[in-house]
Amino acid sequence: MTAEVVAQAVLSGLLMGCVYALIAAGLSLIFGLMEIVNFAHGELLMLAMFATFWAWALAGLDPVLALPLATGLLFGVGWVIYRGVISRILGAPMLAQVFATFGLAVFLRSGAQFLWTPDFRLVQNPWIRGRFSLFGLFVGAPQLAAALAALLAFGLLYWFITRTETGLALQATAQDRQAAALMGINTERMFALGWGLGAACVGAAGALLANFFYVFPDVGAVFALLAYVTVALGGFGNVAGTLLGGVLIGLVENLVGLWAPAFKYVGVFCLYLLVVLWRPQGLFGRY
Amino acid sequence: MRERRRRGFGIAVGLLLVAYPWIFQQPYPRDVMIRIFLYALLAQAWNILGGYCGQVSLGSAVFFGIGAYTSSVLSLWWGVSPWLGMVAGMGLAVLVSQAIGYPCFRLRGHYFAIATIGIGEIVQTAAINWDTIGGARGIWLPIKPETLANFQFHRAKWAYYYVALGLLTAVFALTVAIERSRLGYYFRAIREDPDAAESLGVPLTRYKLVAMAASAAFTALGGTFYAQYVLFIDPESVFPTSLSILICLVAVLGGVGTTWGPALGAAVLVALSETTRIWLGGTGKAIDLMIYGGLIVLVSVFQPGGLMALLGRLARRPGGPAASTPVAVPQGTG
Repeated sequence: MTAEVVAQAVLSGLLMGCVYALIAAGLSLIFGLMEIVNFAHGELLMLAMFATFWAWALAGLDPVLALPLATGLLFGVGWVIYRGVISRILGAPMLAQVFATFGLAVFLRSGAQFLWTPDFRLVQNPWIRGRFSLFGLFVGAPQLAAALAALLAFGLLYWFITRTETGLALQATAQDRQAAALMGINTERMFALGWGLGAACVGAAGALLANFFYVFPDVGAVFALLAYVTVALGGFGNVAGTLLGGVLIGLVENLVGLWAPAFKYVGVFCLYLLVVLWRPQGLFGRY
Repeated sequence: MRERRRRGFGIAVGLLLVAYPWIFQQPYPRDVMIRIFLYALLAQAWNILGGYCGQVSLGSAVFFGIGAYTSSVLSLWWGVSPWLGMVAGMGLAVLVSQAIGYPCFRLRGHYFAIATIGIGEIVQTAAINWDTIGGARGIWLPIKPETLANFQFHRAKWAYYYVALGLLTAVFALTVAIERSRLGYYFRAIREDPDAAESLGVPLTRYKLVAMAASAAFTALGGTFYAQYVLFIDPESVFPTSLSILICLVAVLGGVGTTWGPALGAAVLVALSETTRIWLGGTGKAIDLMIYGGLIVLVSVFQPGGLMALLGRLARRPGGPAASTPVAVPQGTG
């Protein structure tokens, strides 16, 4: 195994890790706000990928142009899911919450299969395609674009949460929803916004992934599983921690994949177990 | 009066279950009931750890697979009777459960649940790549003469029916015994408030491990039954995370931490998936799954305590005593 192969795997891992981080950021945001793990997160990603695909197939829109559409659409979907389902179970036991979102996942996934069949689809000839050579390493253009855009989206999200007034209100709601309500923050609205933003993150990630990944109803499953591990690794509710978590997972997946492709996810899960057994609250968790 | 009516109802249901194979002679209705029994058994096993003790595990399939593989491999290699294999599988599952539980019970809430998913995925990948036990191809169990000792009945399903009913009754009886014993109180104390329980002298990890051992053993029992019933196992059918989630779902639908919730959940879920499949499915359109998912959302939103809580509310008459089974629901341990 030469140094180039390892360097290539590290590079691929870094690029995919950024996308994983963006997916996980949405999950982490929602959890930080109301301590609900959204088990339909992968299905939201799937919806975003299908939205991008259909924008290309029906309207001839390139994924680059579909990106803002998918992001906006998923923001709306997240908002609706909050209003329709989640706001009714805020005080319910954890298991009821888990299964509400799990039921939603089954519903969305089979709905996609019902409407669009389980076929694998791919956007043909997107604007960003091909690969180029950088210091002797091959870099896939769509992968690089996805990683850069994911980092940008991540930065925007971070800026929004920490620098704007609405973002601070969001943080205040996450810290103590009663105190926030007493300060005049409309917490219902903050929760809905959190779901909208969380879903918008996967909206962007889905549009970026649709550039180079097959689109099919089950596509969310693997990404969602990795996103849970990413979030738990970084510490539930810590949005910045998920970036490191995502990159770590991308690296481990690709490096283990070099040595034993069948065991790449085993490597990821082992990493998670090692980290939480050492620090039960994740790398940057508060509790 | 009320107690007598309940007992009468229980006896009637019991008699009906015993008489069922005579009423329904066709293989299909018997198969449906056998699957209800199997899911009820697995969900009850989950309920001991997840419901009474409050440790939400999404890794039941690990023990189901261990049960299925242990008896099958022993029978395939050395011709060991599946009944002995069942005991061996339960023993192995208990050992593995302790090895998993001892480090993982430090984790709380979602961290624990995700750890169990991770372990489930690791075990499934290991089984897929372990060629000695068949790898991804799985194991076809050799066909043997149909006797009780061989645990194989080919021509009629009634024998499987009674075996499943017997195993289910045993597991439910043991669960009720645990529920009423000191152990049951410890489990519920740990679920309601781990810190308070510990301060009152309940060793947390020890009793969580006991709950997990019982849960793992019963799940493995179900695994062996499945292997002998279907006579073919592979990692996709006995180790998947989706099975773990389904087991948990049956218990949640019925009512977490209640004695009869898992049975009710299994009956409703299997009946629902069968009817939607017959009426709407069979074309790969997945509309049956859509309804199924939608129903799960509705139950979670409108009846978070599960169907047992709904029954309890319906049974409560004005002036009469409250539903005799207090429906307790574990709070998130965050």
